[in-house]
Amino acid sequence: MQIKSPQFKENARIALHNVELQEALGQFKHGFPVNRANAIKRLPEFDDLRDAGRDLKNHIIQNLDIYLEQFESKVIENGGHVHWCRTAEDANKTILDICKQVDAKTVTKGKSMVSEEINLNDYLEANGVQPVETDLGEYILQLRGDHPSHIIAPAIHLNVEDVSEAFHTHHKRPKTGDPQALMKEAREVLRKQFVSADVGITGANFLVAETGSTIIVTNEGNGDLTQTLPKTHIVITSIEKVVPTLEDMSLFLRLLARSATGQEFTVYNTLSSGPRRAEDQDGPENFHVVLVDNGRSEMVGTEFQEMLRCIRCSSCMNHCPVYGAVGGHSYGWVYPGPMGSVLTPKMIGIDKAAHLPNASTSCGKCEEVCPVRIPLPKMMRHWREKEFEKHLTPKAVRFGIAGWAYFAKRPALYRWLARSSAWFMQKMAGKKGRINKLPLAGGWTDWRDMPAPQGKTFMDQWQAKQKAGE
Amino acid sequence: MTTMPDQSNHPKVGLFVTCLADMFRPSVAFATVKLLEAAGCQVEVPEKQTCCGQPAYNSGDRATTAEIARQTIEAFDGYEYVVGPSGSCIGMLHYYPDLFEQNDPWKIRALDLKARAFEITQFLTDIVNFDQIVAQYEGTITYHDSCSGLRQLGVKQQPRQLLSKVDNLTLNEMEEAETCCGFGGTFCVKYPDISNRMVSNKTQYISDSGADTLVGGDLGCLLNMAGKLKREGKSIQARHVVEILAGMTDTPAIGEAEYELAKAL
Ligand code: SF4
Repeated sequence: MQIKSPQFKENARIALHNVELQEALGQFKHGFPVNRANAIKRLPEFDDLRDAGRDLKNHIIQNLDIYLEQFESKVIENGGHVHWCRTAEDANKTILDICKQVDAKTVTKGKSMVSEEINLNDYLEANGVQPVETDLGEYILQLRGDHPSHIIAPAIHLNVEDVSEAFHTHHKRPKTGDPQALMKEAREVLRKQFVSADVGITGANFLVAETGSTIIVTNEGNGDLTQTLPKTHIVITSIEKVVPTLEDMSLFLRLLARSATGQEFTVYNTLSSGPRRAEDQDGPENFHVVLVDNGRSEMVGTEFQEMLRCIRCSSCMNHCPVYGAVGGHSYGWVYPGPMGSVLTPKMIGIDKAAHLPNASTSCGKCEEVCPVRIPLPKMMRHWREKEFEKHLTPKAVRFGIAGWAYFAKRPALYRWLARSSAWFMQKMAGKKGRINKLPLAGGWTDWRDMPAPQGKTFMDQWQAKQKAGE
Repeated sequence: MTTMPDQSNHPKVGLFVTCLADMFRPSVAFATVKLLEAAGCQVEVPEKQTCCGQPAYNSGDRATTAEIARQTIEAFDGYEYVVGPSGSCIGMLHYYPDLFEQNDPWKIRALDLKARAFEITQFLTDIVNFDQIVAQYEGTITYHDSCSGLRQLGVKQQPRQLLSKVDNLTLNEMEEAETCCGFGGTFCVKYPDISNRMVSNKTQYISDSGADTLVGGDLGCLLNMAGKLKREGKSIQARHVVEILAGMTDTPAIGEAEYELAKAL
């Protein structure tokens, strides 16, 4: 996927003028967030679960190597393979090699943001293997040559007409605007793919160290078919997904479903524990787990370590007023919203992603709703600090801050600055009480009036009163 | 028999004026003083204070923020409490300890300041248990919860509790009272069109509430929302909560002129 994060401002401007997108975003904010709030009302111990989730994740990150090795040895014991991949390239190559070993032409895929992160589809296609997305949203995007704008509802930016158009073009069937009919159509087309695929690739929501299992949760069941029908099942996931036990996994499943969609539990929770055994009715003959690092282990021990707690529930973006205004594509890469504003700079570089952690009011809503209590605004500020240290902060901002600081460190001068600014703005406002065009503040007055200062500054008035002995 | 004045009943409070109140709306700082004095505090205004340092902090300039923090800590040395009419600026004072290393003596002083620093409605309600509000307001208000006050300091019920003592005042809650208005300090000028989208949502909710007055606890947000309401030609007034609580509504509302006040009365 092409990186468009440096153009965040332009992306956002286009998104703000896209009527259909704005409509979709408007409806979206009455969906997941409302359901989440209701689900939490029904579970009084939700906040205690969040504390437990946060603490457990912290423990796991401290002992990541131990749990990952335990997971690996269990997978091997079960007859599967584990591949450690430091970079996106390593992971792509590893997956292609497995596909080549079994002479695969077609692979079906369940939804996986890690595969988006490493750009797996393009890589496979370029090397003669045809990937077919089986999650309905991802499938629609693939037909359109589009990318997810949300981590669990990838096609949230589209409407029924867009889907109908895409299906009509690719399936060569009569057009329909009925969502049920479209779903049925997708199901029919995808059934054939499930049966004929040589390899099934899924992501994983969690990896269970004690059993060597991987789990994916879906509401469509497509993940089950992707992983049970083909002869080879590849799980592509990242290293921070490991949890010690099945019991621990269920804690996170409870947090995940409620935080994401407001469900008590996701509809399909599918565990994979190695290839099919002699007594099994179905299942793949080969089972591979591709563990991607891609910069994550470097976050351990830094100010960004807490980000590794993320369970990809999407709650932060569902509640973010900036995401709600500009949608996921504006962020210009795989991960949108607050979690993306922390992760993306790590993965593509702060020089390219600088807008993301800056385009936030630090309102704190994301932290308020994060099931594992990640202090997202603080992490975004750490990126701003990194940007500042590396002298990447735009010149206008740097000079602005330096100029302002010169005064702020000198109280008498600061008084003078406040006094003259108040005087100047009052003159600008005249008798109106507000200014509708202010030099150097076009960002403000293009959209709203600037209320005028009342008159003399408080400090001047206070001192005068003190002198007068009031 | 004479008794010694009870010091604890007359705590010495340093007023943190905040830049926006100083420059845009001194009446907010005067209203804060009035409320503090009504609650029995001795109020002083330390000369050495300037800004809380937020512009530097939010731009990633830690060194400058720390310099300003040290200046603010010194300015408020010796006051039992530090009180200001802004959740955002007081919230910034609460971040000071994070600016210093573990063994830096400034860290202890920053922690000490944090323990003494309160937003005005929080201070009146939670610290000095003051509820002798003598004020009246003929109108229907709606209350916007500013982000830092709400999520960082836990200011939610306090202003509402105090407002409930104001004669004739009706409170109509708006939808999404807790959603950010899009001000965000430099955010509103760095990303003006996104900020505009956010504040437009807000002004819609404000007018849907049927209130004639928007009330809040942070001047940054209030300037933003009042500026948008005015640009949209809406007649809804905007005021800081302390102006209402102190009964000081004889000045024009935010962004309004004298003649508009005359019209409203
Ligand atoms: S940062 Fe928190 S809220 Fe956002 S996706 Fe991750 S776990 Fe969910």
